[in-house]
Amino acid sequence: MNLFSLIGDFATFFFRSLFIPWKFRTSKDRILEQVYNIGIGSLPIIIIIAAFTGLVSTVQATYQMIGTVPRYIIGTTVGRMVLIELGPILTALMVSGRCASSMAAEIGTMRVTEQIDALEIMAIDPYRFLSLPRIVGTFISLPVLTIFAEFVALAFGAVYAHYFLNIPFSVFSYGIIHFFSMRDFLGGLVKSLFFSIVIGASGCYFGFLVKGGAKEVGRAATYAVVSSSILILVLDFLVAVLIFG
Amino acid sequence: MIEVKNLSKMFDDLVVLDNVSFNVTEAHLVVILGPSGTGKTVLLKSILGIVPVDGGEVLFDGKPVQSAKGSEIYDIRRQVGFVFQSTALFDSMNVCENIALPLVEHTTLSNRQVRDKVQEILEIIGMVGKERLYPRSLSGGMKRLVAVGRALALDPKHLFYDEPTTGLDPIMRDRIVQLIIDLKKNYKKIGIVVTHDLDTAEKVGDDIYLLKKGKINKLKKIGKEVYNG
Repeated sequence: MNLFSLIGDFATFFFRSLFIPWKFRTSKDRILEQVYNIGIGSLPIIIIIAAFTGLVSTVQATYQMIGTVPRYIIGTTVGRMVLIELGPILTALMVSGRCASSMAAEIGTMRVTEQIDALEIMAIDPYRFLSLPRIVGTFISLPVLTIFAEFVALAFGAVYAHYFLNIPFSVFSYGIIHFFSMRDFLGGLVKSLFFSIVIGASGCYFGFLVKGGAKEVGRAATYAVVSSSILILVLDFLVAVLIFG
Repeated sequence: MIEVKNLSKMFDDLVVLDNVSFNVTEAHLVVILGPSGTGKTVLLKSILGIVPVDGGEVLFDGKPVQSAKGSEIYDIRRQVGFVFQSTALFDSMNVCENIALPLVEHTTLSNRQVRDKVQEILEIIGMVGKERLYPRSLSGGMKRLVAVGRALALDPKHLFYDEPTTGLDPIMRDRIVQLIIDLKKNYKKIGIVVTHDLDTAEKVGDDIYLLKKGKINKLKKIGKEVYNG
């Protein structure tokens, strides 16, 4: 399969999964289940990643700027870095690693064990049953996780700055709040919305492609993570050019 | 009535179905007999449009399957309950949820009505009290029974069984065979049974066909010699 047919196939799969009658009465529970799996399930790892992101950002920003700029600028720098870039992208990469792989493996296993054939024969659209809740669930969960991660990162950054770098909470938070731009915050959220679509669609798409056995399921999980990670980076650049360029 | 007309299917150079034709008439259970690997499952899935064919067509009460699109094909499939050889039960759902799924998806029954219907089906398949178990906790035979239960959920006109007794101990095999017979006699559930087991074929079949080397032939009597030659 060449790149163009893969892109065409992927786009067809995406529209096939979303532009169908949603049957909200039966789909809503499955969407909520995915919101729980992706959102609540990812919280522990997101807290860890966000905390260390905040800590490292504060250390690096201080190392580069202390003595050359007012201390509140450390807060500004960390805040904008986290809101524009680090929060959305690190959250997306973590959710991609955790969820896209599990979606591909789960759907791939269902393909191998004829569960998708069973859905077809029971006249249940497998795209509506399997892809739709996962894509929509990721779409709802990722922006919320991103906001949460940004908050955690900034909180840990502020605490570190206060206790180890002699930058009081009030100074650090002044830097964040005084130079806070809604455009930065919303720009990061727009990114996370695009990333969520890529994560959900990649996980499901590669799961549906599985034809063989366990080896192909493993391969599908790998493809899902690798392709969604690459697409996240590409989209990050494109959205950055559009919003901040 | 299901009319299978000149169905052909090849995988690369291997001819799996070669102008296969037969009918499933009212009140008749058709058995497709054949050694393993002859394409019996492919035939069943082709009839429902799950596996695309290279030639021929299938008519469900006059409606063509192969040219049916979107909701048309789903309308046809809703008339059929399918029991997979692998059972294809949803491993994330318990017995009750597996059987209830088609009801939840295709009907507007209340939760209570769905529970009652599931209970009724559990009684038919003899699995009362097992509704909270997950497929991983069930034996192969019990999974097969649940698969029959799920196939019965929408009260389909036809039942398709893919190797319903393969790999089961003699007691469970007899139980499944008896269930197929009871469903035909008491609930008028007819359709197609695909098997390589001569004993099962003889007990449940009204019309018995042999699928071998892509060709299908109606058998007048069965014995081990049908697999020779």
